[in-house]
Amino acid sequence: MNGILRMVSLTGEAAFSVGRGSARFLRNFYRYCTLTGKTFSRGYLVYKNPDLTLVQMFGLGIESLGLVTVIAIFLGTETVIQAVYQMSGIIPMRYLGVLVCKTTITELAPVITGMVVAGRVATGIAAEIGSMKTTEQLDAMQVLRLDPIRYLIVPRTIACIVMLPVLVVWAVFVDFMSSIVTVILSVDITMHTYLSGLRLFFAPIDLFVGIFKTMVFGAIIALTGAHYGFEAKAGAEGVGEATTKAVIVSAILILIFDFSIAVLVL
Amino acid sequence: MVLLKIEHLKKHFGSQVVLDDINLEVGKGEILCIIGQSGSGKTVLFRHIIGLIFPDGGLISLENEVISSPTTRHVDFNRFRRRFGILFQGAALFDSMNVGENLAFPLREHTSLTELEIQKIIGESLEMVGLKEIFKTKMPSELSGGMRSRVGLARALVMKPEIMLYDEPTSALDPIMTEKINDLILGLRDRLQMTSIVVTHDIGSAYKIADKIAMIHEGKIIFNGTPGEIRTSRNPYIQQFIRGQRKMHYAVEDEDAYAKPFGAVHEEPKSPDIANKLFDRRFTLPGAGA
Repeated sequence: MNGILRMVSLTGEAAFSVGRGSARFLRNFYRYCTLTGKTFSRGYLVYKNPDLTLVQMFGLGIESLGLVTVIAIFLGTETVIQAVYQMSGIIPMRYLGVLVCKTTITELAPVITGMVVAGRVATGIAAEIGSMKTTEQLDAMQVLRLDPIRYLIVPRTIACIVMLPVLVVWAVFVDFMSSIVTVILSVDITMHTYLSGLRLFFAPIDLFVGIFKTMVFGAIIALTGAHYGFEAKAGAEGVGEATTKAVIVSAILILIFDFSIAVLVL
Repeated sequence: MVLLKIEHLKKHFGSQVVLDDINLEVGKGEILCIIGQSGSGKTVLFRHIIGLIFPDGGLISLENEVISSPTTRHVDFNRFRRRFGILFQGAALFDSMNVGENLAFPLREHTSLTELEIQKIIGESLEMVGLKEIFKTKMPSELSGGMRSRVGLARALVMKPEIMLYDEPTSALDPIMTEKINDLILGLRDRLQMTSIVVTHDIGSAYKIADKIAMIHEGKIIFNGTPGEIRTSRNPYIQQFIRGQRKMHYAVEDEDAYAKPFGAVHEEPKSPDIANKLFDRRFTLPGAGA
């Protein structure tokens, strides 16, 4: 009898915790959508304070350049090594460039760069907004009639939307350069053959899809960071939790949107 | 003349009642200090007055115009915000901007003043709080607690508010700086006829600056009067608070006596026996026999 009662009690607790988790998820989803709507509806005001956006473009974009370069160098090298391994004895090596070109432009460069920038930028935004909240700076903005979304979130979102494609184009360039060096040093084909392969099935649409994806990723990174910054609880622990959630959720959202765009466009 | 009036204000978070039927009035040019223990509801009341929270019941009116009620939205409150200046507890200066930019930000966004006029106002505001113009280029992280408070006050003053609200302005300051901030609050009243509402638990500051003191306890106003009246209050809790006494030293025989007139309920009233035992334990010397 006690066992049955215990089972009923545990089932009830589990159902209650699932219900509470769902309610929390829905509340977060609603707030995230509201923040997104408010940010884009105030986007046109960016021309009034261009300096705020330029500062963010420098901070979020240019300062990520070193990190993105290092990642792209290894990405190019690794792509060639993996492609050679997979193609050996099955596909002629003159198609190596095709594989590297397609995977880099449409998938690897946008997604990996997005993830790396999310790790750096989404956490930064969440920490900054979160500490502004805990030190009452957001309240101060509100009482001074300075809309935090307009002055804080819009510049960061636009900076991410503009700068992430720039970083991805740079990453693609570095990626190709490092892949060329890897091919020269370790693969038994000429550079001319490899470059011909790179050009063989290159379609501009791939590049446009890659850039469009990264613009979406840029918005995801900024808005996720901002959302968790606004939701941060007081204290160092609250801000730490917000940054962790920001990077996890932005990575997941990048993968979900990458999949959705691939299904819709390709 | 009554400038700001709070009537039957109520607020609860979940099942917890935080403010329960708050009634207060502040006259023009008056300094009202709201005092109370941590967690008594004074910060929630402060946030209601500045329109960061809206009540579940009751209303707040400014010169007979309702500015906050359960149906008010943030955008509705915006047209009244300019009349309020606020100094937050840690000054809430924008970290990414220097002092000058902190002060100029609201002016640049809300006025059509030229840069020259803005710089003039900033200079005057800094001077009013006793800071020199060279502070304009300092970052908030380079300032001491007292300086940050003064810069926060200067930022609030640039918009020429009618009512200044201070949230624990002296809580993290040394006694000398506390005196300076108190003098500034008094100076603003004398020079600009500014109405002030000061939320504090520093009873010394309240005695010095207040025309009226309101004491909040468990979400209710348990005292509203002059500093002279609060000193002579016979309410044991008020006496305990203003003298800074620990509970056990006071009103041991009937600890709940202070709460009865105000309807507050105490979870575990201690019997005189328990109180005596605690007293004995604390004052028995180690090693002394029973």
